[in-house]
Amino acid sequence: MKPRLPVLLARHAVLVVFAVVFLTPFAGIVLAAFQDGPGTGGFALPEHWTFDNFSAAWEQGRFGDLITSSLIIAVLVVPATIVLATLAGFGLAILRPAGHRRITGAFVAGLTLPTELVVIALYYNLDGIGLTNNYAGIALAEIALFLPFGVFWMHTHFGNVPREIVESGRIDGAGDLRVLKDLLLPISIPATTTLAVLFFVWAWNQFLIVLVLMQSPGRRTATAGLGYFVGEFSTDVPLLSAASLIVIAPVVVVYLIFQRSFVNGITQGAIKG
Amino acid sequence: MSAALTDERRDVARRRPSVPRTRRRGRNRAFLYVLPAAAVYAAFSLWPALNTVYYSLHRWDGLNAAEWTGFDNYAEVFTDAELFGSILHSLVLVLFFAAAPITVGLLLTGLLMGRGTRGMTTFRVIYFLPQVVPLVAVGVTWRWIYAEDGVVNQALRAVGLDALTSPWLARHTTALIAIGLVGTWCMTGLCMMLFVSGAQKIDASLYEAAAMDGAGAFRRFTSVTLPGLRGEISVAAVITTIAALASFDLIYVTTGGGPENATTVPGLLVYRLAFSYGEVGGAAALAVVLTVLILAFVTAIRRLTREKE
Repeated sequence: MKPRLPVLLARHAVLVVFAVVFLTPFAGIVLAAFQDGPGTGGFALPEHWTFDNFSAAWEQGRFGDLITSSLIIAVLVVPATIVLATLAGFGLAILRPAGHRRITGAFVAGLTLPTELVVIALYYNLDGIGLTNNYAGIALAEIALFLPFGVFWMHTHFGNVPREIVESGRIDGAGDLRVLKDLLLPISIPATTTLAVLFFVWAWNQFLIVLVLMQSPGRRTATAGLGYFVGEFSTDVPLLSAASLIVIAPVVVVYLIFQRSFVNGITQGAIKG
Repeated sequence: MSAALTDERRDVARRRPSVPRTRRRGRNRAFLYVLPAAAVYAAFSLWPALNTVYYSLHRWDGLNAAEWTGFDNYAEVFTDAELFGSILHSLVLVLFFAAAPITVGLLLTGLLMGRGTRGMTTFRVIYFLPQVVPLVAVGVTWRWIYAEDGVVNQALRAVGLDALTSPWLARHTTALIAIGLVGTWCMTGLCMMLFVSGAQKIDASLYEAAAMDGAGAFRRFTSVTLPGLRGEISVAAVITTIAALASFDLIYVTTGGGPENATTVPGLLVYRLAFSYGEVGGAAALAVVLTVLILAFVTAIRRLTREKE
């Protein structure tokens, strides 16, 4: 029983209108970024297409340095958070130490704590031990920020692994670490891939923590750098658009490649919460 | 936290003396797996959060000795027009960040899940895109869209409504709504994604039964899809409400709280008070109030959407 043609057409028309609304801002800055001269500001095809705005934004915004910083922080944050979350998720879901429910609850509670609450004292705490204006300080702050989701995610994942897999390992005399390494990790690649994709995007997009903890202009992340760039060049639309595209491009590419992992993380991670 | 853990461990040992020795040792070893994550989380998240609560009871400029002032900072949050105004603004944003996206997300889900809809994957990828990019970049983009010669005004002029054009983010009456709509643009895709994944899990026979009873497409949506999405709606409401109340990036980049404090939110004032004005205690109190507000909303949403058993 298929709907009649006019119904189908109307439905698709509405969906397309929404798609246009969602894409217009992106299309707008792409067009503006290629605009020669100051540009009108409105939605218009460039009269002369040019890459000059990108090279100008790259130079003036020091995006080479900023992207390097973003990558350094991602390299510090993503693997470490995955390792910590995997160990904790395994411990809490499979080994179940006394009080494991309460500990899991303490991690999950972190999902509702706003960054604003943490960041004030975090600045003074880290300043006291020389970790402000420092990649390691930002990395530790972000690891702590992402761990609630990571632990919760790996806990759910290991909790859904059939008990027999673990038991069979035990019968063969495998210790905890062997069970994790040889039996569980090989079937956990999709779960950890999802975490890697989410953590990369979250670390790339993080603003407040970097704004507070990093003062050296050349060592800010790309996202934080863009925040400052706006203040300096607020009227040069083509330049700002080009800078935004430079910052957006890596996460959009990661999203399009790992679309399925990303969406799984958002939907399943949220629902089980 | 470690004290609570050891207490509990002792409890368990006392209650169940029959647990074999090796098993008990295995349980202790299990803590080693949890410890690294727990230590980092406690040191760089929970401990600073507790410290912020402590600061909130003091007058402190971040440098000199702090002075105990009890609940004075909290009194100020509720009596100072600027501080309390920021809380009110964040409540307005809840309508745009949570209520509107959930409504539009349900509409899109209904359309996408309808029989014979093509291109589902493409639509989903597009609708979700705003959720992926950094909010700082979103802010830059929308500043330009709302500018005097930006897309919105360009479109109004194109249809002859020149009289309605306005510098949307620069006017006291429209700035907060304009920012709210950016939130709607960002959050709708997230809601849609949650709802579609939930709707795909609804038993197809429920739809057939409803169709057999003569329910049209709209009836099937309200009597089968909507109740089936209770859990997803709850989660979407929690995530989007937190995003609204704790918003910072978007406001920082678009209006900086202006014009005339029309778009200040707690996150922005927390940042300014603590790191520009040297009022760490006041910032901390506002952050604590914000946290309590978030917890109240999350609890209320959970209660309201709980399955009645």
